[in-house]
This record gives sequence, C-alpha cells and structure tokens, in this order.
Amino acid sequence: MPDKVHVKTVINGEAVEFLCEPRDSLLEVLRDNLMLTGAKEGCNNGNCGACSVILDGRLVNSCIVLGAEIEGKEVETVEGLAEHNKLHPIQDAFLENAALQCGVCTPGFLMAAKALLNENPNPTEHDVRFWLAGNLCRCTGYDKIVRAVLDAAETMSTEVNV
Amino acid sequence: MRAFEYTSPKTVSAAADLLAEKGDQARVLAGGTDLIVQVREGKRHLERIVDIKDIPEANVLTCDAQAGLHLGSAVPCYKIYGDKAIASAYPALADSTHIIGGTAIQGRAAVGGNLCNASPAADTIPALIVLEGICVIAGTNGTREVPVEQFCTGPGTTVLENGEFLESLKIPAPKSHSSSFYLRFIPRNEMDIAVVGAGASVVLDDAKESIVSARIALAAVAPTPLFAEEASALLAGRSASDESAIEEAAEAAKAIARPISDMRGSAEQRVHLVGVLTKRALNGAIQRVKES
Amino acid sequence: MAVEKEYKVIGTRPIRHDGVDKVTGRALYGADYQAAGLLHGRVLRSPHAHARIKSINTSRAEAYPGVKAVVTAGDLTASQDKIVDLGEGAVNLKFMCDNILAREKALYQGHAVAAVAALNGHIAEEALELIDVEYEVLPPAMEVRAAMQDDAPLVHEDMKTDEMGKASDKSSNIASHFQHKKGDIEKGFAEADVVIEHDYVTGTVHQGYIEPHNASAVYNADGEITIWCSTQGAFNARGQVAEILQHPVSKVKVVPMEIGGGFGGKISVYLEPLAALLSKKSGRPVKVLMSREDVFESTGPTPASYVRVKIGATNDGRITAAEAYIAFEAGAYPGSPVGAAAMCVFSPYKIENGFIDAYDVLVNKPKSNAYRAPGSTNVAFATETVIDEICKKIGMDPIEFRLLNSAKEGDSRVDGPVFPRIGFVETVEAAKDHPHYSAPLEGKYRGRGVATGFWPNFAFQSSVSINVNPDGTISLVEGSTDIGGSRASIAMQAAEVLGISAESVHPTVVDTNSVGYTDVTGGSHTTFTTGLAAYEAAQDVKQQMIERAAKLWEVDADEIEFSDGIFRYVNGKEEEIDFKGLAEKLGQTGGPLMGRASVAPSGAGSSIGTHIVDVEVDPETGKVEILRYTATQDAGKAIHPSYVEGQIQGGAVQGIGWALNEEYIYNEDGQMTNASFLDYRIPTTYDLPMIDAVIVEVPNPSHPFGVRGVGETPIVAPPAAIANAIYDAVGVRLTELPMSPERVLKALGKI
Repeated sequence: MPDKVHVKTVINGEAVEFLCEPRDSLLEVLRDNLMLTGAKEGCNNGNCGACSVILDGRLVNSCIVLGAEIEGKEVETVEGLAEHNKLHPIQDAFLENAALQCGVCTPGFLMAAKALLNENPNPTEHDVRFWLAGNLCRCTGYDKIVRAVLDAAETMSTEVNV
Repeated sequence: MRAFEYTSPKTVSAAADLLAEKGDQARVLAGGTDLIVQVREGKRHLERIVDIKDIPEANVLTCDAQAGLHLGSAVPCYKIYGDKAIASAYPALADSTHIIGGTAIQGRAAVGGNLCNASPAADTIPALIVLEGICVIAGTNGTREVPVEQFCTGPGTTVLENGEFLESLKIPAPKSHSSSFYLRFIPRNEMDIAVVGAGASVVLDDAKESIVSARIALAAVAPTPLFAEEASALLAGRSASDESAIEEAAEAAKAIARPISDMRGSAEQRVHLVGVLTKRALNGAIQRVKES
Repeated sequence: MAVEKEYKVIGTRPIRHDGVDKVTGRALYGADYQAAGLLHGRVLRSPHAHARIKSINTSRAEAYPGVKAVVTAGDLTASQDKIVDLGEGAVNLKFMCDNILAREKALYQGHAVAAVAALNGHIAEEALELIDVEYEVLPPAMEVRAAMQDDAPLVHEDMKTDEMGKASDKSSNIASHFQHKKGDIEKGFAEADVVIEHDYVTGTVHQGYIEPHNASAVYNADGEITIWCSTQGAFNARGQVAEILQHPVSKVKVVPMEIGGGFGGKISVYLEPLAALLSKKSGRPVKVLMSREDVFESTGPTPASYVRVKIGATNDGRITAAEAYIAFEAGAYPGSPVGAAAMCVFSPYKIENGFIDAYDVLVNKPKSNAYRAPGSTNVAFATETVIDEICKKIGMDPIEFRLLNSAKEGDSRVDGPVFPRIGFVETVEAAKDHPHYSAPLEGKYRGRGVATGFWPNFAFQSSVSINVNPDGTISLVEGSTDIGGSRASIAMQAAEVLGISAESVHPTVVDTNSVGYTDVTGGSHTTFTTGLAAYEAAQDVKQQMIERAAKLWEVDADEIEFSDGIFRYVNGKEEEIDFKGLAEKLGQTGGPLMGRASVAPSGAGSSIGTHIVDVEVDPETGKVEILRYTATQDAGKAIHPSYVEGQIQGGAVQGIGWALNEEYIYNEDGQMTNASFLDYRIPTTYDLPMIDAVIVEVPNPSHPFGVRGVGETPIVAPPAAIANAIYDAVGVRLTELPMSPERVLKALGKI
C-alpha cells in the first residue's frame, strides 16, 4: 500500500493540511477527511455535477480530481459561499425563486453558477443553460434554476454599479 | 478504487523515467477526467500515476502566425476555446473543446489527454487531424514526432512506447482562405459521447469560390478516429458551392466507416450520420471561409 | 367542505423553512452521516441476469486486512412465504428478503449477493473482489412478451399465475392476470365510425434521482437498531426492516435524513437491512452506499411495457368504446404498477363501454418500483396518441375532443370508482385559452401536440404534532420526508389556521420514535394528508388556546371567537388577545400546550393535467428539439404556488426525458450497458426551454383548503404530447418509447 500523501492547501480561504491516500478523490477528502459534506456524490464519474467545486478559479467535478492534486492550490466549496452569515446573492436567488426541491444538486449548481458569473457577469438564458449542462437536477426541470441564476446576475451587477 | 502511487515530476525526463520504470502499470495524469474514472471502475489497474501538470513543456500554449499553435499536452480545453486568437485560427479545435463534457470537465480535460485516451469517439481527434496536428512524443531517449492520424492504433491504444508520453501538439499556421469545422451527433445537446463526429478543413482559392484542398476526419465509426483521405482528395478543384461535390465526399466518407452497434447507436444509424455530418462539417468550414 | 375564500398564508410564496440549510451545504443527507468508528459497507452484486448460486465463499474477504464483517443470505433469518402488509399493499416476505440478498438464484444483474463492512470504502470494494461466488448461468427472460410465452425461461420455477384472483396450477412468468369490464364493448365498437388500434412498447426507465441510496445503522447489544437513511417514508422503511430481519418493529428506529430525490424509487429498502446486519456482526456503526451503477442496476426502475389500445368514436367525436391490453414487466418479483396503469388507461374520459386486460409479468430485471404516477405514463402514451389519431381522422381539434369526452363528477372509471369533482375540463380550457395554443408555428419540420395526463392520487395516513412556543411561534413535528418543499406546504396550512405567518412555524421531520405513524412521501399524498393532519393539529391547538383565553378572562370557552389571529370575547367585555400574546401566557394558564392529529382520510382527489408542446424534428438525424412547453394542471388549491409549479415543471421534464432518450439498454446476456448518467440520458439544462406551468384550481371537496396532490400527474402527458407533435411535424407516428433519434430516423424511412 503506497504511503499517504501530506497535502497543504487552502479551502474557502483557510490554510488546511490533510493526509490522504493517493486514490482518494478531492470529493472523498472534502467529505470524509474534512467533514465538508456540502459537495455530494451523485455519479462519481463527472456526469452529474453534484460534487462541483471551484479549484484555482475553475469549476471542476471534485470526484475526478485526486486529493493529492490540490497541493498548493485553492478550493472553494459551497460552505464558503456565504460571507459570515450573509448569503451570497446566488443563494438568495435560489431561495427566492424556489430553485430547489430535494436540494441535493443545489450545492453543485451554486458553485457552477458562481463560476459562470465570475467569468460572465451578464449571461443570457442560453449562456446559463450551456454552462450548467454538466449539472443535473432531476426535480425542477431547471426552469427556476435558470431564472435564479439570471436574477442573481442582475442583483450582482446592480450591487457592483451602486 | 485500487491503490496506486501518485507522482508529480517537474521535468520531462523525470516523467519519462517514472513511466519507464513501471511500464504499462504507470500512466500519465493530465485532466484525469477519463483516467480517474477508468481506474475507479477497474478498467485500468495502475501502480503509479504520473501527474504531468507541473512540467513546463506540457503546459505550453503559444499561437504564432508563422509557427502555428504549440499546445502542451496538459492544457485544459477551456484555455483553447477561451483564447480568441486560437479559436479564430483553429475553429474546429475550438468547436471540439467547447463540447467535451460540461463546463467542469472542460476546466480540467486536456486535448492531449483526449488524444492519449484514444477513444474512437474522441471529439478533438478529428479536429486535430483536419488541422494537420503533429504529436510531439517525449521519452527516455528524447522526442519524436508523429502525425495525429497515425497516433491511435485501436480503442484505448496508441503508438506510445514504454517510457514515452505525449509532451505537446503542434498545429501549423492556417493557410489563407482556410477554415475548419467540427460537429458531432449526440442524442442530448450536451454531456454525451459522439454517436458520430465529423471534422472538416478547407482551403479555398482567392475568390473563395473553389476548393483548393480539404481534409475530412471522422469519429466513432471505426476502432480509431479516421482521416477520410479519399473523400478529402476528391474535393480539390471543385466549386465550393457545388453540392454534388460535397455529396460525393460524404458518400466517400460513408464508404470508409465501419462502425459497431452499441448503446450509443447502431451501425446503420452511424453510417447514415457520417453522410449527414460530413456535409454539415464541410459546408460549415466553407461558410466560415466565406464569412472571414 | 371546501369554500372559496381569501387566505392570508395559503397561496403566498414564502422562503422554504429548510432553504438556508440547503443552499449552504449544511443540510445533512443520508450519505453525510458520520459517527466515531464508522465502517463503510459495499455490496457484491450478480454480474449475471439469471444464475443459480452454487456456492459463496467469503473466507478470503473476511481475512482481508481492514474488513470487519461480511454478510450473505445465510445471515438473514431463513425467509419464508408470508404475506405482509406494509401500508403500500401486500407483499410476500420471502420475495422481500430474497431481493435484499439473493439466496438460491440471482434473478437480475445487480442482485445483491453479499455485503462487506471495512475501515473505508476502498478496502470494502477490494474485499468484494475476494468473495468467491460460483454461478450456474441460466438463460434470462428479458422482455415482457417473450417472458409470457410457454417456452420462456422461468424466473421463479414454482410461480403459479394468479388468474383473476385465483391461483392457477400452471408455472409461468405471468404473476397475475386481471380484467376490468364496463358496459358492452362489442356494442360500443359497433357504434363507432372510426376505430383506431395500435401496439405500443415502452422501455425500462429509472427515477434518476441525483442522490444514490444509502443507509447507516447501529445495532446495539440490547437489540435496538437505529437506521439513518434517505427514504421517502421512515415508518415504511422501519416496517420493512423489521419484517426482513424478523425483529420487533418497536426495536427499530429510522431517522430520516434529508433525501436527494425519490420519485417512488426510495420506498423499498435495499441497504438498510444490510447496514443493520453488518453493524450487528461488527459491533460498529456502518454506512453502506450505492454507486450510480448500483442505483441503475439494483434498485427499482419503472417497468418496460407492451400496451395495445383500441378506441372507437363517432364522426362527431364521441368515444363509443375503449379496450386495452396491458402487460408490464414486474422485474424479478411480482408487483409492477400494472394495477395503477389499469386505473389510468382510459381515465379521465367518459367511457361507457370499456375492457381492460392486464398482466403482471416476471422478467430477469430488477424488481420494478413506483416512478411518479407509476404505470400511467406507459398507458397514456398509447391512449393519448390513439385519441390524437382519431381527431386527425375525423377532423376534430384535440382540445375540443377532450372537452366533449371528459369525465365529470358522477361518471365512473372503467375500473369502477366514481369521480367526485375533478378538473379535467378546466385544465383543457386553460390549455385552450393559453397563448401557446393559438400561437402560430412556422417552419417545415415543426409540429404541435397536446395530451392529457391523469393520476388518481392516494390519501394514506399521517400524523402531526404542534407545540406552541412562548414567542408566539409553533414547532410542527411531522413524519413526512421533505422531498420537494413539503415542510413549507404543510407548515403553511397550520399557519393559516392559527392566523400566524409561515415563518412563525418551525417544521421538523423526525424519526419513527418521535411522531405518530406517517406514510411515505408518495402517491401525491403529502400536502393533502399531512397537510390535513397539520390542519387538524392546528385546530386542536386553536381549541386549546381558546380554553386558555377563557381561563385568562374567566369566561366560558364557547364565548370566545378566533379570527384573523385574534382571540376575542364576544359577550360584552372588550377582551382580545392575539396568538402571540396568548402564547406568552401559557405558563400562567395551565402550562405547555400541544396539539396533535393523526388522520386517515379518503378523497385524495384525482389530479389532471393537459400539456401543449412544440417540437422541431431534424429530418436528417431524427433528433427532436423541444421548442416550447406549456403544462396546465389542477392543483385543487396551490398552497405554495412556486413549489406546485416546480412539481409541474420537474414532472414534465422527466416525461420529456422518458419521451426522447431514457431507457435501459441491455445486451444479449441481459446486462445493462448504459448504467451511468453519461449514457442513461436524463435531460440537461441545455436540452430544454422554460416550462410554462399553469396552475388550475378546482378545489378538492375532501380537503379543508381544497388541496389535490400535484406531484405525479405532470410526468404522464409528455411522451404522448411529444409523439403527437412529431406526427404534426413530419407525419409519422412513433409507437415506441423512447422516441430516440434512431427510431425517428427509422420511422422516416431514412435508415
């Protein structure tokens, strides 16, 4: 059995160190080692997006990143989305729009939406639908999710402008 | 998932040594979007994973009007379609990198990885073939170059020898009045593997009226992505608005397709789609030249 | 019972109570369970669709470092034929047990054979490879019509058909056969000017919830078992675990964690008994998880089916007779939703002469399970496309045809029940009046289709208790798993009664030791029945509060009125106090106050929806694009309209997925070749337009606020509506689901 790997990283702005097996995915490390269970396992092969996190500014599926790979990198998870106890505008928009039913895909959608709005603050409906295609939701039919992301974009651009 | 060792060498030679030492029990990790899944699902048993993302040569990304594109094998998809200069010079490559998986996959998955995974259905390989891509292969004895259309030898297998890995890809600068196009057929609009993929590149004359040369490549219709050489050749000298020429090329492309039937599509559906997609890819590339 | 009135809370759109937890990642789902010393369990599954298990040797796995327990069918109390009723219909205990761990035969690929608990999931997976199972591979029965033939491989060698309620003496894969008859079918067809008959085939489809099944258990030395899992019904899970383990039900406690979707697929237990057995053997808490592949191969999809529908009508558009032959794949054990299909096939039309012939057929696939209006979608695909063809033949608008033939209050279904007030006509009128229906649709390969979906809805049973807090809020304790916003829809009903805001209700979903019996979140019953329990519990609180006010003012309780959140003394003295003010004084008027109700109502009230869809067909590739979608549905009364819309939109999109792409694909050995979210293609954001959900409100007379369950109906209409739209676009009738690009190409004669 190969030795465990010692990894130093930054998660949600805080320096974190952990030991993991080389075969542990980032998702397993987040959930089992660090108790950050917001990211969910839906498929474990990159096809549902429930485990979406942001790695060095890019949206990734944490189930297909190795824990060992995040040495020296920065990870953002849903647990870091709200600032202190103030919800992020995307979180507010999901609540206002009733953009979740069972909620298990929600953390992934929130992180994917954040990555989208970082890159494209004024997306069209088409942009939102294309960007989020890797995040599956089986409850909502996506209508309210797409509206929530568009609403959040509007709120965020208004906040920037005032 | 079975246990393996994780290494992240900083140099080409260190990577080659780590690979050589373990033979087929070692494999390169770039984006990992195929590899990690294959290991987890027991489709590959590895003792060592060699992460090449810390190697400068695997991360190179330069686009030069004379020298063309130099693309490190670990460069993720989003950097290609996200770069305006690259996307406009190599539209087929932008097309293909933009439709692999979803956004989160494109943030990690590398064109080099797509090539080395050697799936018959790989989206970037037809694009690389029509763009005349060259593989730069590094090994314990230095580097060698192989055209992309000769790189894959079967489903999941390539010309890479023990201790070798794909360091980068080189794509020549686009000729004047040329463009390219890649599309695939999938049942959904995203997040699927190509039932059939088709790429085309064309060079038109100065008047943008007749075809000087063309290249057509296909995915998911044979054990490896195919360069449709005869179909490509018969277009030289034909009018770019001659639908019968496009039709002949599509028929010639269909003639070399030898697909299997599987859960993604039947052989007859695939052969039919080769015709449809070849026409669409050619017309798309021609349209792009005309619009440029 | 129901009266049209103005509501203060009902019909508003408050933020759901569990919302913040669910957008911050704090909500704990089943797989998020953690405990000191937790072991991780994985399950070994049969690679064969049908095989006799000759031997299982677990010794190598048991010896593997890090492995703490291994279980096989031998660890289950010897299972026996015993019929048990767990609230969702009677089931044979032997079949339930055998589905948890295969004993003599593995009956489908993915059938559990053994389970391992180890220090982590990787070790458990490695240990599975060390379990030696010797199989004798048998030919599988994989398709309903073939499985019904005399020469088909028998799934259960000793299975005798239940023929019209009587055991026959013939071994067969036909588990049961039943019929419904109404009127004179021959006379009805003789009166018809047009008779249309077609065969329809639908594939096996999965609920496709994003969260895989999971179960964690602690089996204490004193025999107390606690289970944490994602289930649609904690009490139902408790009952199944107790029966399977032959353990007293009072010694099993199920703690419902947040649940990541179910749609009918998280009612049966799969992992819970295994987690308990592994915990018993190891003496440690054990968490067992399924992979996505396990979910597809080993849980209960909804069945493939073969349906033949024949309908006769007059030239002026009146249905004269309707006949259906329905054969459903039960999977490896009896119990497909063919019974429900027979309830739905011709509902909600007014049929004077009807005949339904139905079969529940065993095949070597996972035991089928409920999936959102189970059975109704399969048969609506047939009926609603036959009706469309009749409309085309006689030149009648499909909306007008439905208005003319709609069942109304007092009409009976072919299977017997008489309709109370239903909203079929109103949903059809809403569709007719919607701008979508009259919008021009241009383009050569574009078409529009209409179809109606029906689901009878079920009432079941529920309990709620309410504690009044001194700050004027209430804590509402319920047993209904919140799978899509039901904390809000239930809390709002209590809030309405007590004249307080939705935010003043604190709903909690609790374990089976902490609330009265409550049935599964399923059957579209939760907002109706648990809502009714909340209504009754709030009435109980209200009455007790009136008594407290009487005590406070030293008057008779019957002299106190409660309205708009204010308790008032009605005879002379000008005493009044609001709910909050009185809540503050509970300590001095007799102490804590708690209301409660357990209900077992009837009259869930059928829900009906009518959908309109525009499609564009690519004639070269066979691909169908959804351009526009409108779904009308009778909600009785929408408690929280956003979540009602959400049910309609989500259900419609599941129906779209079923229509176009979703199906289990098997190889010739009976193994599923697309057990992943890559190749079992549920719709993505990029495949869809916005879904316009139109709520129609025809109050249900059996509910104080008029509620009808809305969850299931929306999935029913889409496949038929899309088939009708494809016909309108390119002139071909698709009779097989999914209507995949390849099937469309074939129908168009392109391949």
